[in-house]
Amino acid sequence: MARVVVDVMLKPEILDPQGQAVANALPSLGVDGVTAVRIGKRIEIDFAGDPDIEQARQIADKLLANPVIETFTIRTESQL
Amino acid sequence: MKIGVVTFPGSLDDGDARRAVRIAGAEAVALWHADPDLHGVDAVVLPGGFSYGDYLRCGAIARFAPVMTSIIDAAKGGLPVLGICNGFQVLCEAHMLPGALARNGHLHFRNRDQGLRLESVDSRWTSEFVTGQEIVIPVKNGEGRYVADTRTLDALEAEGRVVARYIGENPNGSLRDIAAIRNEAGNVVGIMPHPEHAVEELTGPSMDGLGFFTSVLKSMAGAAA
Repeated sequence: MARVVVDVMLKPEILDPQGQAVANALPSLGVDGVTAVRIGKRIEIDFAGDPDIEQARQIADKLLANPVIETFTIRTESQL
Repeated sequence: MKIGVVTFPGSLDDGDARRAVRIAGAEAVALWHADPDLHGVDAVVLPGGFSYGDYLRCGAIARFAPVMTSIIDAAKGGLPVLGICNGFQVLCEAHMLPGALARNGHLHFRNRDQGLRLESVDSRWTSEFVTGQEIVIPVKNGEGRYVADTRTLDALEAEGRVVARYIGENPNGSLRDIAAIRNEAGNVVGIMPHPEHAVEELTGPSMDGLGFFTSVLKSMAGAAA
């Protein structure tokens, strides 16, 4: 099975209140020294045959990410 | 005059939107997400709710519904379309309006009566208001923070396409307090608060929401004459 992994992140200039909430919780774990936390999505797409990166890119561009507020990266992942 | 109200799986406010349409004096036509036929309606409302469970992003999957393909085409030809709350999110995801609606800045769902100021009334859905008019209608969203890049925001302001702004406390962190915008042609309007919940004294904080529905009726009557 061939897997393509798409990572979607909010653009750096877009406020990520979820990430901020996590960052604000860290001191209660005794963690300091963290300056920022940002949260994104990891999407795994399994193809029946060879991974079709171009098709995955279209899926990411049209559906998985909203280019107004998000960016994405694509990579193949070998499966054990 | 017939105004269609789309029901997606997960729509919540389609019933209230149809009711508002009837109170305004039009015939309400229920449109189904999987049916591309617009059934001859003169305008369309995309109601609030959680279409397709808000999976992936609010409005992201609704955009690909068969009925949306027809609505996107018809809107290019001037069909008036009003997106309320989730409907506004769908309009942005469908690129019928610029920008996006992101998670509220404070992460809390906000549900309250909200003051708005009408900034621009030259759309098909706002002609019954006057510029600067202040109204109160309910707001209820978890992902209502309007965001766009500075150039887009500046263009919206310069072209008079900011339809309404929040007054008092901004409920979600929307940039420049934006609550509603319109497209260049003025037939497509997206609004985060809920005019369809403010059309009767018994149930709403005001009857201020009715003006959106009577405005489009008046504009259609003008177009037909």
